[in-house]
Amino acid sequence: MANPSAVCNGHLHHHHHQKQNNVLKSGVCKKNGITKGVKKNGVTNGTLYKKTFIEHFEQAPMYVAVLTFVGFGVGTIFGYLRDFMRAWGLEKRNVAQEREQQKDFVPLYQDFENFYTRNLYMRIRDNWNRPICSVPGPQFDLMERVTDDYNWTFRFTGRTIKNVINMGSYNYLGFAETDPNALKTVTKELQKYGTGICSTRQEMGTLDKHVELENLVAKFLGVEDAMVFGMGFATNSMNIPALVGKGCLILSDELNHTSLVLGARLSGATIRIFKHNNMQSLEKLLRDAIIYGQPRSRRAWRKIIILVEGIYSMEGSIVQLPEIVSLKKKYKAYLYLDEAHSIGAVGATGRGVVEYFGMNPDDVDVLMGTFTKSFGAAGGYIAGKKGLVDFLRTHSHSAVYATSMCPPVAEQIIRAMKCLMGLDGTTQGLQRVRQLGKNTRYFRRRLHEMGFIIYGNDDSPVVPLLLYMPGKIGAFARRMLEKNIGVVVVGFPATPITESRARFCVSAAHTREMLDTVLNALDELGDFLQLKYSRYSKSSHPELYEENRFEFED
Amino acid sequence: FVCCISFWILFSQGKAPAYHLILEGILILWIIRLIFSKTYKLQERSDLTPKEKEELIEEWQPEPLVPPVSKDHPALNYNIVSGPPTHKIVVNGKECINFASFNFLGLLDNEKVKSAAQASLKKYGVGTCGPRGFYGTFDVHLELEDRLAKFMRTEEAIIYSYGFATIASAIPAYSKRGDIVFVDEAACFAIQKGLQASRSNIKLFKHNDMTDLERLLKEQETEDQKNPRKARVTRRFIVVEGLYMNTGDICPLPELIKLKYKYKVRIFLEESLSFGVLGEHGRGITEHFGINIDDIDLISANMENSLASIGGFCCGRSFIIDHQRLSGQGYCFSASLPPLLAAAAIEALNIMEDNPDIFQTLRAKCKRIHRALQGISGLRVVGESFSPALHLRLEDSYGSRENDVKLLKRIVDYCVNRGIALTQARYLEKEEKCLPSPRTRTGQSCFWIPFSSNYKNKCFTLYSEFHFRY
Repeated sequence: MANPSAVCNGHLHHHHHQKQNNVLKSGVCKKNGITKGVKKNGVTNGTLYKKTFIEHFEQAPMYVAVLTFVGFGVGTIFGYLRDFMRAWGLEKRNVAQEREQQKDFVPLYQDFENFYTRNLYMRIRDNWNRPICSVPGPQFDLMERVTDDYNWTFRFTGRTIKNVINMGSYNYLGFAETDPNALKTVTKELQKYGTGICSTRQEMGTLDKHVELENLVAKFLGVEDAMVFGMGFATNSMNIPALVGKGCLILSDELNHTSLVLGARLSGATIRIFKHNNMQSLEKLLRDAIIYGQPRSRRAWRKIIILVEGIYSMEGSIVQLPEIVSLKKKYKAYLYLDEAHSIGAVGATGRGVVEYFGMNPDDVDVLMGTFTKSFGAAGGYIAGKKGLVDFLRTHSHSAVYATSMCPPVAEQIIRAMKCLMGLDGTTQGLQRVRQLGKNTRYFRRRLHEMGFIIYGNDDSPVVPLLLYMPGKIGAFARRMLEKNIGVVVVGFPATPITESRARFCVSAAHTREMLDTVLNALDELGDFLQLKYSRYSKSSHPELYEENRFEFED
Repeated sequence: FVCCISFWILFSQGKAPAYHLILEGILILWIIRLIFSKTYKLQERSDLTPKEKEELIEEWQPEPLVPPVSKDHPALNYNIVSGPPTHKIVVNGKECINFASFNFLGLLDNEKVKSAAQASLKKYGVGTCGPRGFYGTFDVHLELEDRLAKFMRTEEAIIYSYGFATIASAIPAYSKRGDIVFVDEAACFAIQKGLQASRSNIKLFKHNDMTDLERLLKEQETEDQKNPRKARVTRRFIVVEGLYMNTGDICPLPELIKLKYKYKVRIFLEESLSFGVLGEHGRGITEHFGINIDDIDLISANMENSLASIGGFCCGRSFIIDHQRLSGQGYCFSASLPPLLAAAAIEALNIMEDNPDIFQTLRAKCKRIHRALQGISGLRVVGESFSPALHLRLEDSYGSRENDVKLLKRIVDYCVNRGIALTQARYLEKEEKCLPSPRTRTGQSCFWIPFSSNYKNKCFTLYSEFHFRY
C-alpha cells in the first residue's frame, strides 16, 4: 500500500507484506483503496491475514552508516588516549579501585571488557537511570541531577523538574495512576494482607488472591488455566527449563529478549536461531531439524519448541503469528509466545496478538506475558491447557523456590483486568484500548510524514526512531529533556552498533495535546540534528491514512 | 602458502636439497587437489530424495509438551491461605499458628510498615512501568539502597525486584566461562541456577568441611603451577551461605577468611536467612563472628524473610557492586521493585534499627523451640539452636522417598488439624545437585504479641503427643 514507488526504487529495503483476505465484506476492498496498483511481494498464503500487515524497516542512506562508524572510531581513539593518560597518571582515575589487601588477587574485570563502558558509555551516562519522584503516568517529575566531573558522579540539586512528558515508561493503557477511586480496592487489600508473603507457592504462599487472579487471567485470555509468578523476567528463566531439557530443540527468534535467551540456555536444550520474523528461515530450520535429527547422534528430537515474542520491544515489529501457527501445525512443533509488550496493547479488546490476528488461543501452546507493562503492576503469567499449568504447578522452579506475588500487586492486576474486561460495569477498559490504538496510529503517521525513519508495525505502540550516530544519542536525549520531554535512547550493545535509536512508548493516557507537543519538539529537533533520513517523507497517498479505514475491525 | 614461499626462496637461492624439493612438490599437488575437490559438508546426506524427506517429516512424532501429572502428585494441590499470612493463618479453612512462613521478625502485619506502604501507594501507584535504566528508578529505590548500605556498613548496595533473581544474577555477572567457583554442597537452588548461568567450572566441597575445601584449593594451586599464564586470568570464588536453607546451620566464616587470603579467592556470601537474624544488630553472620565486612567481597540477601517485603539486595564495596548495574541481568532487563514494597522495606529497616532487642528475643525463642523438639522419637531436629528455620527429619527411611514424603504429609496434616501450620520442605527432585532427604521445615517468628507464651505451651503439648504416637 504505501508507495508503489518503493517497489521500483532499487536500493530501498522496504520489508512490506500485503495480504488481503477475499472473505472480507466486499465493501471493504473497494472503500479502502488499498489494492490499487500495488505489487504483492511474492506472498502465496494470502488468506491467512485478515487485515493488512504493514511493517517498515527502511535502511538509511550509505553516508549515514559511514558517518556512524567514523563517530565510533573517533570515540575509540579518544578512549585509548584517555586510558593512556590515566595509566601514566596524567589524568585522575575516577573509577573505583580494588582494595589494597587484595591487589594481588586475580583482577576481577578485564581491562578491555570495560573499555566501552569507561570511554563511550560514560560520556552520555546521564541519559539513563534518571530518577523520578512521582507516579510514572503520562507526565512525571524528574529529580534534577548535575555532574561536576563529566558523568563520573552525580549530585542532586534538590529541585525537581515538574510535568515532564513521559515517552519512556511502559504505561500502554495508562493504569499507572494514583487516583484514590481507582486504587480503592488495592488500598483495602494492602491494609488487609500487608506487603509480604515470606513463603513459596508450594509451601505456605498461595493465597486466595492468587487463586482469584489465576482464574481471572484464564478467563481474560480464553484458555483453560493460568499460573502467575512474582517477576516477569523470572517467569521465562524459570519455566522454560521446566518445559524443555536435553534432547529438545529450541528455535528462537534473533531478537528475543534476554529472559528468553537465559531460560533457553538454562534448560540445556539445543538452541538454533532464525532470522527475525523470517518464515523461510524458520521453515528451513524446522525441516532440517526433523530430517537430520540431533547433531552427531542422528536421534530424533524429543520435541521442538519455537520461542517468539508478541511485540519486539527494540524493533516495534509484531510477530507473524498466522504463518508461525501454520508452520507449527505442519511440522508438529510447539509454540511459546511471550506477550510481554503486546498483552493489553494490541487487539480489539486488548487480549494481545492472538486477538489481533483473529486467531484461537488454543493454537498457541504456551501463552506467556507480564503484568508490568499494560497493567501497571509487576509479575508474569503462563497460560494454556490445564495439563500444562498443572505440570508447571508441580515442576516450575518458581513454584518451589521463589516467593509468590505480593497481594496488593495481585489486586492491582485484578482491578485492571476487570476494567479491561468490562466487569467493573464501565466501558473504561475498552476506551483505553481504543485510545491507545488512536494515539499509536496518529503518532506514527505524523512521524512518517515528518521524514523520520521509524521501525516496526503500524499498530505497535512501541515506536523506535533511528538516530544512528553515537553523538546524536546524547544530544537528542538532553535536548528533549530541556524541552521537558523524557525519552529513552538505546545504543550498542542493546541494538546493533550502527542502529542506535530513540524509543517512544505511546500510552492511552497521553492526550492529543501532549502528543502534539512531543511531535512539534521532534520536528524542531529533527531539523536541528538532521535526523530526517527517510527518503520518502510526505505520503503521496494521503487518503490511505484516513482514520475511517480502521472502523472495519470487529 | 607459507611453504610455497619458503620453497620459492630456497629454490631461487639454489640451496634446496633434493628431499626438500620433493616434499614441497607433493605439498603443492595436494593443495591443488584440495582446491579442486568437492566441498565436504558434514550434515548433508546427499542420498535423500525430496520424497524421503517428506516421509521423514510425516513420520516424526514429538513427545507431548508436558508429561501428564497424576492427580495425587504431592505438590499439585496447594494449601490455600485465606487472609493475611501472619502469626495466625487460615489454611484450607482451618485456623492455625503459623510455623511455616519465614516471618522471622514478625513484620508481616506491622502497622507502621503497612502505613508506609499505603503512603507510597498514594504517591507512586503500584508498578514502576520500566527497568531501572529507563525511568524506573524512583527516589525510594535510591533511598533504600542508601539505607541498606548504611545498615550493613558497606559502601554501596543494589536492589533487585525478586529474591531468587538476586544471587542468580549476581554470580554470572562476575564469574564467566573458565573461572572457578568452589561452592558448598548444600547451596540453595538459586545459587545453583546462578552457577549454571555463569558457565564456570564448579567444584563442590562437602558441607561445612573446611579440610575438603582446602584440599580442593590445594589441587587448584598445583594445577595453576602447571599453567601460570592461564592462572593469572582465571578468577576464583567461594560461594557460601550464612545460614543454610537446606540444613539450618551456619558456615565457619573465620576459617573461610583465612583460606581466602591464603589462596587468593574471593568470597560471595548469601545471607537470605541470616540477615536480620544473626548478629547483635541483625547485620548477619559477619556481625555474629565479628568480622570486618570489607573482607567479604559480596553479600547478597533477599528481603523476603526478615524484612517481610519482596525483592533482594547485594551489598559490598563500590568496586564490586557498581559492575552489576550494567551486567546484572535481573537488574538491567527487568522492571524495578514496586515503590510500595521498597517503602515497606525502608520502614522495616527503621524498626530493626530502633529495636535491636528483637534479635535477642528471636534467638531465645528459637533456642526454646529447639530444646523442646529434641527427643521426639522418629524425628530428628536438624539445624543450629539459634536458627529460626529448623528441619525435622525422619530418623530412618520408610523404604523409598515416596513413602517418606507420604508419612511427612500425614504428620503435617495432623499438625494442621490440631492448629499448627507446618510445611514440607519442597525440592525439585530431578534438578537439585545434591538432593536433601525429605523433611518438614518450621519457620520461627519473633512474636510481638504478649500472649506468645500460650502458643509455646500449645506447641509443647503437641510435640509431646507426637512422642507417644510415633
